[in-house]
Amino acid sequence: MGVATEALKDFKGFHPKKLPDVEPLSPGHRACQGCGEVLALRQVMKALGENVVVASATGCMEIITSPFPQTAWRVPWIHVAFENAAAVISGVESAYKALNRKGKIDQPDVVFLAYGGDGGTADIGLQALSGALERGHNFIYVCLDNEAYMNTGIQRSSATPYGAMTTTSPPGKKSIGQRTWKKNVAHIAAAHGIPYVATASPAYALDLMNKVKKAAMVPGPAYLHIYSPCPTGWRHGTDLAIEVARMAVLTKVFPLYEVIDGKWILSRKVAKPKPVSEYLKLQRRFRHLTEKEIEAIQKRVDEDYDKLLRLCAMSAEPAGDKAAEKE
Amino acid sequence: MGKRVGMEVSIAAAEAVGLCDVDVIAAYPITPQTHIVEHLSELVADGHLDAEFIPVESEHSAMSTCVGSAAAGARTFTSTASQGYALMAEICYIASSMRLPIVMAVANRALSAPINIWNDHSDMMMARDTGWIQTVAENGQEVVDLIIHAFRVAEDHRVLLPVMVNLDGFILTHMIEPIILPDKEEVDRYLPPYKPKMRLDPQNPLTFGPVGMPEVYTEAKKAQDEALKGSKAVIVEAWREFEKQFGRSYKPVETYKADDAEIIILTMGSISETAMTAVDKMRAAGQKVGLVRLRLWRPFPAEELIDALKGAKALAVVDRSLPFSGGCGPVCVEVKSALFDRGLSPYVQNFLAGLGGRDVTVEDFEAMAAKVSDGLAKGLPMGYEIMNVRE
Repeated sequence: MGVATEALKDFKGFHPKKLPDVEPLSPGHRACQGCGEVLALRQVMKALGENVVVASATGCMEIITSPFPQTAWRVPWIHVAFENAAAVISGVESAYKALNRKGKIDQPDVVFLAYGGDGGTADIGLQALSGALERGHNFIYVCLDNEAYMNTGIQRSSATPYGAMTTTSPPGKKSIGQRTWKKNVAHIAAAHGIPYVATASPAYALDLMNKVKKAAMVPGPAYLHIYSPCPTGWRHGTDLAIEVARMAVLTKVFPLYEVIDGKWILSRKVAKPKPVSEYLKLQRRFRHLTEKEIEAIQKRVDEDYDKLLRLCAMSAEPAGDKAAEKE
Repeated sequence: MGKRVGMEVSIAAAEAVGLCDVDVIAAYPITPQTHIVEHLSELVADGHLDAEFIPVESEHSAMSTCVGSAAAGARTFTSTASQGYALMAEICYIASSMRLPIVMAVANRALSAPINIWNDHSDMMMARDTGWIQTVAENGQEVVDLIIHAFRVAEDHRVLLPVMVNLDGFILTHMIEPIILPDKEEVDRYLPPYKPKMRLDPQNPLTFGPVGMPEVYTEAKKAQDEALKGSKAVIVEAWREFEKQFGRSYKPVETYKADDAEIIILTMGSISETAMTAVDKMRAAGQKVGLVRLRLWRPFPAEELIDALKGAKALAVVDRSLPFSGGCGPVCVEVKSALFDRGLSPYVQNFLAGLGGRDVTVEDFEAMAAKVSDGLAKGLPMGYEIMNVRE
């Protein structure tokens, strides 16, 4: 049995009527109206509770929560730079490990969380993240993916989806907008062979919080990729973040799954998927796309989803494990 | 007291770090720093040092990890050189601004391009505005002593700043020298356990590294400047205590036969010992030449320097990195600024020497002294000269 499977064998999820009251990330921060990202971060923190140290990459969630002398953080929090949240938390985790072992402190159960946006994760912070995952620090990394550099004014990142308008992937006579397909960091994290990887969405709050809880229980690195709608950058209504997030799941654009000890498990099978156009039309960042381009996106979404199903099916094959268990 | 033994300086540096009972080491290999971190990883692997050794994937992550570790309250060490320093420079500014007492040994090496693994001071000069305390060693014993001193200064609550201990790459790092390693008990008496003033602790949650709006940024920077300036008194105090404990004395500015000197050569680092030989030779020939060496580079010890230079009619200031400013090297700029502030105007000539591992010889120092003597006598224009350029 793998380390994550072992750690999670008696896992009990949150009860929807008995969610924790704690709000380690307090209200009164300076996020835009309708921000889906801060909602996701709030859910993460609610699930983790207060015995945690948080390292933040530079980005929206950093600036909106920490304009000195104010802070929205009721738990210890550190921001250093854009690209190094995973390296910073490596240091925090190692310090706790050494200080506990040497008897200088007695705090063995502290949870370590690093988070960054898609830019801080898929682009500038990818190396530091890979290093920290590979070294096996006991920490959770959360990517709050709003699919562009929103803090600096909606510039494209490698996690911006194909066709999207950003300020550095503008559609024009010679441009359809973003020319490249979204980098899949959850797959990259899984390729490190770490115990736990999952995707989550604030539209499925209980699922998200349970995954955070699992990530905290698993020894070693855990990676969560959280879909984080940005009304400001995606050009949708400030009351639509959850609707857009839900539609991303229902159209298979952002499937929810876990990778536990290398086994791929779909969290929510989309039985009757809605067409991708239903998702795209909610957001003005896609409004310039033609039927033909939407078809291409639909094709890619279907292919990626099928690939995911195949990974899940392969993981579900009983052969290897069952045979090994019998021996 | 420990025994004097022949030991490679890098090994001694690592042993000194071990004697300081560090909790976390995060480092990435780069020539000529490698032997320091190799030996530290051996000390940890063999159980001689109870620390987390984090083999990070870059120097940028090395310093980032050190920041996280120090902020969590652990005694933290790293080491680098040259390009490695350049990569971590972004985070070095943040380490000092967040007032984290990290200690780093820099095995001074030239910067690319062309790529060059040999010694000069380009890396430590790149660090000169980062807000770190910087000390400079001239030999292996000083490396050991300055590392132990560095932790005491950095962690002093009146300071709380990172300290960079500079040692010349290869010329020191790869040299076997007679070195006294102090006993652990002696070091323990000198260096109290690290008591962080603030740490990342769920029992007392604090926000580290917040946004500094225009209303507070200037004040934050002024406070940091005061801390760096104020550190000099603690640095000197810690050296006095060091002398009491270990019997070896250190000062921000060291002199050699400078008291009655008319011509003073000003150096930093391992070339100072060559310069002493040159001074002895010139003194024997009846020339009133002396030597002044900077032990402390940041904060810049202007008062002590002026005190050491007083009476000199001409200065030969040696720089070991080119600033590409179209003017003098960084050491000479500081020296001239200190002189100007006090209305002093001796004849000053700047010699850029020992770049990228080029030897600086006794004859070179003799030539420098002769040139400033000549320049003073003839009233030649002051400026800078890159020495021994092959035409």
